[in-house]
Amino acid sequence: MNETIYRSHVLVCTGTGCVSSGAKDLKTTLEKELTAKDMSGEVKIVETGCHGFCEKGPIMIIYPEGVFYCEVNEKDVKEIVDEHLLKGRTVERLLFKEPMTEEQIPSYQDIDFYKKQQRISLKNCGHIDPESIDEYIAVGGYEAAGKALTLMEPQEIIDELKESGLRGRGGGGFPTGLKWQFARNTESDKKYVICNADEGDPGAFMDRSLLEGDPHGIIEGMMIAAYAIGADEAYVYVRAEYPLAITRLEKAIQDAEEYGLLGENIFDSGFNFKLHIKEGAGAFVCGEETALMNSIEGKRGMPKPRPPYPSVSGLWGKPTNINNVETFANVPYIIKEGAEAFSSIGTESSAGTKVFALTGKINNTGLVEVPMGTTLREVIFEIGGGLDKNKKFKAVQTGGPSGGCLPEEYLNLPIDYDSLLDAGTMMGSGGMVVMDEDSCMVDVARFFLNFTQSESCGKCTPCREGTKRMLEILNRITEGEGREGDIELLEELGDHIKSTSLCGLGKSAPNPVLSTITHFRKEYEAHINHQNCPAGACQDLLSTYVIAAEDCIGCGKCAKVCPVDAISGEIKGVFAIDEDVCIACGACEPVCPVDAISQG
Amino acid sequence: MAHLKGEKLAKYLKPVNEILGRYESKERYLIPVLQEAQEEYGYLPEEVLTEIALGLNLSLSQVYGVVTFYSQFHQEPRGNNIIRICMGTACHVRGAGKIMDVLKEELEIDSGETTDDLAFTLESVACIGACGLAPVIMVNDDTHGRLIPEEIPSILAKYK
Repeated sequence: MNETIYRSHVLVCTGTGCVSSGAKDLKTTLEKELTAKDMSGEVKIVETGCHGFCEKGPIMIIYPEGVFYCEVNEKDVKEIVDEHLLKGRTVERLLFKEPMTEEQIPSYQDIDFYKKQQRISLKNCGHIDPESIDEYIAVGGYEAAGKALTLMEPQEIIDELKESGLRGRGGGGFPTGLKWQFARNTESDKKYVICNADEGDPGAFMDRSLLEGDPHGIIEGMMIAAYAIGADEAYVYVRAEYPLAITRLEKAIQDAEEYGLLGENIFDSGFNFKLHIKEGAGAFVCGEETALMNSIEGKRGMPKPRPPYPSVSGLWGKPTNINNVETFANVPYIIKEGAEAFSSIGTESSAGTKVFALTGKINNTGLVEVPMGTTLREVIFEIGGGLDKNKKFKAVQTGGPSGGCLPEEYLNLPIDYDSLLDAGTMMGSGGMVVMDEDSCMVDVARFFLNFTQSESCGKCTPCREGTKRMLEILNRITEGEGREGDIELLEELGDHIKSTSLCGLGKSAPNPVLSTITHFRKEYEAHINHQNCPAGACQDLLSTYVIAAEDCIGCGKCAKVCPVDAISGEIKGVFAIDEDVCIACGACEPVCPVDAISQG
Repeated sequence: MAHLKGEKLAKYLKPVNEILGRYESKERYLIPVLQEAQEEYGYLPEEVLTEIALGLNLSLSQVYGVVTFYSQFHQEPRGNNIIRICMGTACHVRGAGKIMDVLKEELEIDSGETTDDLAFTLESVACIGACGLAPVIMVNDDTHGRLIPEEIPSILAKYK
């Protein structure tokens, strides 16, 4: 192959986050500028997947220097070309500034957000062009599949997986090797592998980024799984809300077929493998494995009682192995580097790394991959850069609608499957939402329950009826109509729903409520006994604002910002707020130059 | 599209029959067929569902059961522009509720409804996975992030 050698590579992130911040226009402008300056033969533009630092998008990295520019827009392109690419001078104003120290950091690896991460499943995301199979192969892609198919027996692969200690990254944490063993042990003429990419937890987007940023990594992981359990056909079940992920995966499958990496007799090993994409149709419960399989079969996506487990009777009654996207993303690493390399990372019970989607009231939102056993404090304050606007930390919610909220005392907790369970929450798919003093814990619990209640499929009574009753109680508490005994009732209902529901959705639905009651009981009591929301978030419990007449200087600034015209008065006279009209939005309070406005 | 008969009905059903022609008559193709039909018609009227049931050799009640189970499928006409407002955790804590209020006010409809002129349909979704940009809305395939309520009118104006 005769390839042009370029002196610079400009990596433009075109993940969903950066695209919505304008990365596509940025790339077009850059192409035009390079053509105009006659540099398109020297500088190559590469579209990459997600760098994980979505907050700062659009993101651009220029190699060989490795300079990291953030929040780049079209207007900056000329300067980048003239200064950086022509004259070799860094454009300092576009460099990342550490939120705590305001220090400007030119190189990607030195930013705290990246420095403290260890990337295994995300290693290619943001570094290669996800639509180029050649780039994937150039960084060692499909080597693991080659090794597995030509040098290893299926049982050897499963033993390697078992020894590595890899556990399911979708939330349950079941040992992956054992799951594969069960599917292998079932005799059948036909078996299936399924990749669960029905990422429905609000606040989690690692599966989307993996599929968008490194689709071949997932295909390779699935191929190894299929060979190990004796399957020849597989499905990737993707949410329809992820159009870019679907497009990139389709392209990857097509390219792999052309290269003979999918299809018949792969690597001359006699192994055949066919891969399909199945688009979801919008139902959270389809993330549950038996519901997901019903959905692939064309039915309503409702769960089935287990046993029989999918490894015995799964898709169309055939033995089926189903894993999450991130689980598959770890497989090539384990096969290539060996079980020991993987199990040496992380904690004793939870090997390897975990990707978290760090969001909420935090400075650096984005995707982070850290070794298991990293503490919550390290993730939130060192990688995440602390809280937005320097507010006080109140809680971190992990595990999405199945997890719970942990208060400040737990910040030093090393994160792994078991430590989180012991603390009353769970790993889940890896959502991590940080909340500050303005977040009301009762409202957060109500938010999650509202979600699970509307997503409950209705098959079993405890989940269908129970979540509805719990939501009614939470609604009345946040509206100031809470009654004595409501907390105990929530606890009792929660315990029953957990122990009697059919599937994981119901079994975990009460967790957000139970964990906030455990750690923030006082907030519930304040709502019920004093009709007061300490965080000031529950609109119905907020008291209206008043102006202290003796302090008012009659400037009229408050009346101008009031969205409902509740404030009236004469300039240089005294202004007053009509409490029947006031919606307690708080817009007036900060504009008063003499601090005469407060909540009455 | 109710009360079409004879030739007119046959003409109306031509696209769905073309879609059905590309699939084997098996239950497993029900969801892809429904997805394609909705793409074509904008929603799933009863006549189309009946045709799909016939084409895939399923009962209409089975088809209806699937259509009502998944939130992606709609049995009423939809707006030319679909606004999806994210109500996920990250957006929730960063003020998605206020964005929703402004949208409702500007469009004079509730969540889940369509404006009378069929210009916009407003719906809430649990998470569109762009949490780094919270609060976020999607208008058709465009994502608009880091929103403040004041920006909403100018965004809507682009699609009118």
